[in-house]
Amino acid sequence: MLLLIAALLVACFGVAAHLEPQFQGWRGSRSTGDVFNIALGDSRQMFANSFYVKADEYYHSGYYPTIFDDNAAFKTAHMAEDTGAVTTKNHGDEHGFLGPTRNWIDALGRHFFPDHHTHLDEGGPTDDLSTSQNVREILPWLKLSADLDPDNVQTYTVTAYWLRERMNNVREADAVLHEGLRNCPGSYDILFELGRLYYESYKDRDRARNVWEEGVRRWLMLNADEWQKLNSDPQGRPPVTKIIAAWIAMPKDLNDQQKDNPLVMEQLTTHLGKVAEDDGNLPQAILWFEAGQKVSETPDVLQKQINDLKYKLGQELNPVLKPLY
Amino acid sequence: MNNIFAVAGVVIKELYRRKDFYVLFIVTILICMVMASVNIFNDAKIVRYLKEISLDLIWLCSLVIAVTTTARQIPAERENRTLLPLLAKPLTRAQLILGKFLGCWLACGLALLCFYAFFGALAASREHHWPLLNYVQAASMHWFMLGVIVAFALFGSLVFAAPSSNSTICFVLIGGILFVGRHLDQQALKLSEPARTLVDCIYFAIPHLEFYDMRDLVIHNWPLIGWEYIGVALLYAAFYMAVFLLAACVVFRRKPVN
Repeated sequence: MLLLIAALLVACFGVAAHLEPQFQGWRGSRSTGDVFNIALGDSRQMFANSFYVKADEYYHSGYYPTIFDDNAAFKTAHMAEDTGAVTTKNHGDEHGFLGPTRNWIDALGRHFFPDHHTHLDEGGPTDDLSTSQNVREILPWLKLSADLDPDNVQTYTVTAYWLRERMNNVREADAVLHEGLRNCPGSYDILFELGRLYYESYKDRDRARNVWEEGVRRWLMLNADEWQKLNSDPQGRPPVTKIIAAWIAMPKDLNDQQKDNPLVMEQLTTHLGKVAEDDGNLPQAILWFEAGQKVSETPDVLQKQINDLKYKLGQELNPVLKPLY
Repeated sequence: MNNIFAVAGVVIKELYRRKDFYVLFIVTILICMVMASVNIFNDAKIVRYLKEISLDLIWLCSLVIAVTTTARQIPAERENRTLLPLLAKPLTRAQLILGKFLGCWLACGLALLCFYAFFGALAASREHHWPLLNYVQAASMHWFMLGVIVAFALFGSLVFAAPSSNSTICFVLIGGILFVGRHLDQQALKLSEPARTLVDCIYFAIPHLEFYDMRDLVIHNWPLIGWEYIGVALLYAAFYMAVFLLAACVVFRRKPVN
């Protein structure tokens, strides 16, 4: 009996030693992936999404609609919406998705779970703004979501925003965004957030401008045909201001991907306009605001800024008129 | 009453002699310790994820202890042929049922005490404050919910053929009530008659165990609930315990014990 077991063990070892190199060389092998990849396969995206929603639930301190409730006001995660870089799809009443009480069981039951709408960065259930750093509680779920689905850009931008804005942890925010860029190279969303980090936290205008300009290029590249026309300079890579001037002159023709993400382009161009204005380069600032107008839902607001800049520019160019008397 | 306490004492002794509770408690501690050691953006103050994992494990373990301990009480007495000698003593069948119930319920209470003490220590280690009254509310609600489950499992052990089937049915029903119990009336509105009336009847008839799930309130540090609402919920639980125990007594009175 012992001999038989020993023989079987030897046979197992031999087969395993023979198969292992072939398995490693096999293209379908998942052994080279991370632990989530091996354990969950493609379903990890589904888990990543549920952890992202979990983070938003934490952002509301547990007050969140279930699959049975009306979630029209929660289509876009509020924690992402509040970063100011995500186009919202929410509508309806976020405060009263539970509706009026239906019966005595429902009325009694509402005392035993979170029953009103709050945001962690505004103090959560206590309404105490001094506890706004509690927004840190969403971070474990965002980290887990990013680990499970490294291709989800929004996870990096939301994580970095809250790390920077409320936790004052700029170094970690920087690391998160760079990890995001490694996993999603050329993402204009991440480039925008990285530019904000350079501009607002590091006060480094030049790096912010470079990053945002790259973001604008990447956004324009979404429309491959248009990009080819814009980028066809025989002298090499044209400066982004030249590209954007040509883009403004073209008729508005956004493709589906660009139509889904107009807000980030508006943010990129208006931030670049602000940097140009800070630098005293008013013509370029006007150019950026005009580019922003092309995708903005509120072009009138930008027009007012353009008019102000044009007035300032006129003041600079015209000689100061002195009274004759 | 002495007979009931004597039977209950035996059940409690059985729980602490068995290894189920110790294993579950140690596994809970180990998982929580591992999760606590995870570094999240070098921020040591992040705690709510840990509280959630810990409370989820406590809920799972307490349900397992309550259902499995209760489900085997009467069948084990029958299998070991100790039921007849037990009833030959000056002990009525109703007293036996009540004793078994009280023993299982108190045993669950003792287990909960250990679990919540650990939970409190874990939360306090990061939050540096101890909302004791909130924990008392959560633990007492949890304990009363286990009382309803223990009563139901005891009733099930007299109705269903084996402890395994009883446990499975209990877990399915508990899971169903916790996940969809609150929404049954909404779902009923989407149905046509007679399914609508049937679902509505189920909604009003089932014990709403989701009342007793205060995890979100504890995890996210919501303020205390009014004690009057806690009182109503505990009375509601006591009513269902009484109903299931009465049903168990009635069934057991007519059941052959050999």
